[in-house]
Amino acid sequence: MDLLLGAVVLGVLLGCFYAAVSVGLSVSFGLLDVPHVAHPAFLVLASYGVFQLNESYDIDPLLAGLIITPLFFVFGLLAYRVYHETFERRGSDAAVRGIAFFFGIAFIIEVLIILQFGVDQRSVSATYIGKAWRFGEFRIPIRQLVAFAVALALTVLLAVYLSKTFMGRAIRAVAQDEEALRLMGANPVRIKQFAFGIATAVLGIAGALLIIVAPVEPTLDRAYIGRTFCVVVMAGLGSISGTLIAAIILGVAESIVLTLFGASWAPAISFAMLLGVLAVRPQGLLGR
Amino acid sequence: MNKRSHSIAFWAAVAVFLVAVLTMTQIVRNEYPFFAGYVILQFIALAVAWSILGGYAGYVNFGTNAFFGVGVYTAVALFKATGAPLVVQIAAAAVVGMTLGFGVGLLTLRMRGIFFSIATIALAIIIETFVMNWRFVGGAAGIQIQRPPVMAPFDSYVKMLFFVQAMLAVIAVATARYIQNSRIGRGLQALRDDELAAECTGVPTLKLKLIACMISGALISAAGAPAAMYLQYADPSSAFNLSYSVSALAMALIGGTAHWIGPVLGAILLGSTQQLLAVTISSEVNVLVLGIMLVLFVVGAPKGIIGLLRPRYRLRAGGKQ
Repeated sequence: MDLLLGAVVLGVLLGCFYAAVSVGLSVSFGLLDVPHVAHPAFLVLASYGVFQLNESYDIDPLLAGLIITPLFFVFGLLAYRVYHETFERRGSDAAVRGIAFFFGIAFIIEVLIILQFGVDQRSVSATYIGKAWRFGEFRIPIRQLVAFAVALALTVLLAVYLSKTFMGRAIRAVAQDEEALRLMGANPVRIKQFAFGIATAVLGIAGALLIIVAPVEPTLDRAYIGRTFCVVVMAGLGSISGTLIAAIILGVAESIVLTLFGASWAPAISFAMLLGVLAVRPQGLLGR
Repeated sequence: MNKRSHSIAFWAAVAVFLVAVLTMTQIVRNEYPFFAGYVILQFIALAVAWSILGGYAGYVNFGTNAFFGVGVYTAVALFKATGAPLVVQIAAAAVVGMTLGFGVGLLTLRMRGIFFSIATIALAIIIETFVMNWRFVGGAAGIQIQRPPVMAPFDSYVKMLFFVQAMLAVIAVATARYIQNSRIGRGLQALRDDELAAECTGVPTLKLKLIACMISGALISAAGAPAAMYLQYADPSSAFNLSYSVSALAMALIGGTAHWIGPVLGAILLGSTQQLLAVTISSEVNVLVLGIMLVLFVVGAPKGIIGLLRPRYRLRAGGKQ
């Protein structure tokens, strides 16, 4: 029983971390309908950026994440511009190629990371990594707590941004009715580009969390395709509060399976849940 | 009449090709050309099979690796349990791949576009996880395969596999060609362009999608079945490697999916480039080249190589044949 309770607690911590790595996709795929299969590859790329800064200049990983965030914002603006010009403007036939485009980008990023950093696992060093709090029987690594706190803050901030600020509301408006926005005299493409920039910028911090929680390797993005898309689809496309709930469900499920059946079954959990959600309730838990 | 003479030309070319392959296995002593050629032939089969669903029907399948791995492990399990000959292994793999294809076809009932693509990745990972936990075929560590003695006209097993894979590639191409010219192909194109409109005008979309998924799946699994014998080894992470998915998809899209010759050209071009790069530089670089080519083509040449070679395809969009 204690074992199960421990698994649930760790699962909630893990879940909030999953929310942080998924909120970007919740905006880019959920709100903007971009088939962003390369999202997890961008995430791993951010982790390697953090690793490089930590390794060469001994910068704290979280601070390093903050440093690369503006770079990722610009990167996101460019990526959306290319996607929009080549695919989105050309209608439905381009949709198939849009998916292939991001799939190709994901592979290019993966290989570039391998060529630059090799296939070995990489990790960062910081004062809070490697220590743990003990509560009687079970222990909670402090790195998990740090990731949990930052992830929760990040997700809540993004939710507040999208619901309270002018630009945030504009982003949600463009997701609801692009044509109406155009009639109001706004430029939907610019708003979507900005939103995609935000969605990518968030990955700077999320990438830092990824490498704080555990070592990263170049092909880690494959596992996170399942996790991020599972969370976003289960949440109901574009719902930030749903993202948090869905991510916690996934985290707890993974943690329990890990405890009861062992690590070899863990990678399939997110994909199985994703498949289940797609088959049974494609609109998600809090669907529109 | 024109169509008939096309048919005669096609089958004549197939006969010449197979005879050439067979003669080559009898004359050439060095095994390396067969070792490299096998991979290219395998990619022809994969790219052509992928394009039946991904090209004609417009459902982007990221799960080529699921079908491939299922083919590999059907063959391995059957060989280990009964010692069945290669032909039986391939046939069994095709049947299992077809069954899996039926399952994937049912997914298309509720999912389109990116949702379908992600679901196929999910399927691949789930199956891979099951195989990893399946002790009989070696689990995550993999399994060594002892090749049985080689059969009559061939003097080495690799040469025989080369011939077998050439047959599989021919079967894949002939199937794709048949589908393209038949009612099935026209129906698939209709549902790719507008599924709702196709359904309303009486195209049996579900039936056609199921057929496309089952045929595509059977061909991919069959092409994967000899892989364990080829490598004398099988393990889940290489049998279910996502690079099979990206290769099949990239080769088909780079070649162009409007005509069956597109994936064949794409596979030959990229497959031989890959073989060269893998030998001269590294296997990472060849994945990089594949990825860059894929992105360049989907951005710059949406109809692929055949679109560049024959601008007619672009002018008369879709209406050719």
